[in-house]
Amino acid sequence: MLPAIDVRQARKCYGQFQALDGVDLRIEQGEFVGLLGPNGAGKTTLINLLAGLALPDDGQLSILGHDVVKQYRASRRVLGVVPQELAFDPFFTVRETLRLQSGFFGLRRNDTWINEVMHHLDLTSKADTNMRRLSGGMKRRVLVAQALVHKPPVIVLDEPTAGVDVELRQSLWRFIQQLNREGHTILLTTHYLEEAEALCTRIAMLKRGRIVALDSTQNLLGSLAGCRVRLKLAGCLPAALLPHVVEQTNSDYLLTLPTYQALESVLAELRVAGVAVQEMTLQQPDLEEVFLRLVGRAVQ
Amino acid sequence: MSFYSLFYKEVFRVWKVGFQTVLAPVLTALLYLLIFSHVLAQHVEVYPGVRYTAFLIPGLMMMAMLQNAFANSSSSLIQSKITGNIVFVLLAPITYGEFFAAYVLASMLRGVVVGIGVYLAALWFAQPPLQFPIWIILFAVLGSAMLGSLGVVAGMWAEKFDQLAGFQNFIIMPLTFLSGVFYSIHSLPSFWQELSRFNPFFYVIDGFRYGFFGVSDISPWVSLMVTGGCMLGLTLLSLALLKSGYKLRY
Repeated sequence: MLPAIDVRQARKCYGQFQALDGVDLRIEQGEFVGLLGPNGAGKTTLINLLAGLALPDDGQLSILGHDVVKQYRASRRVLGVVPQELAFDPFFTVRETLRLQSGFFGLRRNDTWINEVMHHLDLTSKADTNMRRLSGGMKRRVLVAQALVHKPPVIVLDEPTAGVDVELRQSLWRFIQQLNREGHTILLTTHYLEEAEALCTRIAMLKRGRIVALDSTQNLLGSLAGCRVRLKLAGCLPAALLPHVVEQTNSDYLLTLPTYQALESVLAELRVAGVAVQEMTLQQPDLEEVFLRLVGRAVQ
Repeated sequence: MSFYSLFYKEVFRVWKVGFQTVLAPVLTALLYLLIFSHVLAQHVEVYPGVRYTAFLIPGLMMMAMLQNAFANSSSSLIQSKITGNIVFVLLAPITYGEFFAAYVLASMLRGVVVGIGVYLAALWFAQPPLQFPIWIILFAVLGSAMLGSLGVVAGMWAEKFDQLAGFQNFIIMPLTFLSGVFYSIHSLPSFWQELSRFNPFFYVIDGFRYGFFGVSDISPWVSLMVTGGCMLGLTLLSLALLKSGYKLRY
């Protein structure tokens, strides 16, 4: 089966800045993949290359087997992109905007699907409202609707929930998950790591234009995050364990360990030192931990 | 279908602001006609037997057509670039040829509609003859296509509204005003006559006027060749820029 997205050695420079530096990424049909990374990591550049909004300096990118440069018409027909910037055409209403966008993709008399998309995104009541009169959240919904208007099998969402309320986020994710269940491939970039953790089956992490991790969400959480353990001790923590401490309040310690197995040696060390453990809580790893570890800087 | 939707969008946009895009330029042209014909009608006879007011009408029509054809494609592109909504066109499977054709044809349509509007409104002041309608149509089509193409180039090149305004004020306006809209170049000193021959807008207006009166400053065939050549050159330039993604696809 053809991959939904296939990126091979993609490179892109803007002047002296190397936005993408040999990115390889293969996403199979039907996957829900998160693309994470700090600001300037190259996420939007990669999306722009896939969408044809920017041209690669080197490498090959294809959508469902269609080269994004040589077969750009075919590749764009199967791709829906929700851009990060909140852009809109102030001349038209919501329905006019969606009909025009549908027409750009060669679809006439597409009102049944347009109505369905508007319904799922709670836009029906605003169908005949001019785009200028919509709130930021509503405009964001229209952006999503525009990306879906031609029923693309591959959908790329570039920060689709930035600045939108919880209600929209939930309704949007329900709709996107439904599309994913129906076989649409989803590539998502987001700064809300809990969203990526909850939705994505695989995660790709970009740093300075390179993929630094690409694995299933579970594997990333399991292999890279390690674990955190909170201990309340009857005495002082042995000096050998101090490098693991990330937080301390009196005799409460929060330790970060590379693996669960390391917990055994911590307990052994405490036994040898004769320090009794009064309370112990294990904390589940989360994507933020993985992200921080890989990216090596604070999450934006 | 993609082409038709983009063309329809461009025409729909013009229609939505019809007061500004069609009626306003018609009114401006009528004001020129009113003032210049009132001041000069008794003093100037450019062609034998042709009233100055009648002489002015084709020039003003073509001036309005050229300016509006340019304004249409250039302003649509710069607005879309600055507000970011150009992305919706760029994401679609539209070829650069379709992109070009949609913007230029919409510009031509606006130019010709404004030109017809000026003609109809000007009939109240004078009724210029229609000696050779085929020449009128030919130059109307070629002239508005030429400026529609130039508008595509300018819209792609400009990154800010003031850059586009500069293009309009320092290139388009002088070239249209110094192209023989208000006079025959034979009334100019020889230096300015020679200089006018380097202005492509002069040929568009002179050829267009020939269609009305059967008289022109130079052969309409020469005007046709220059206008057609300029249109072709600008078309090729626009297509080359669009194909390369110049200032659209980074």
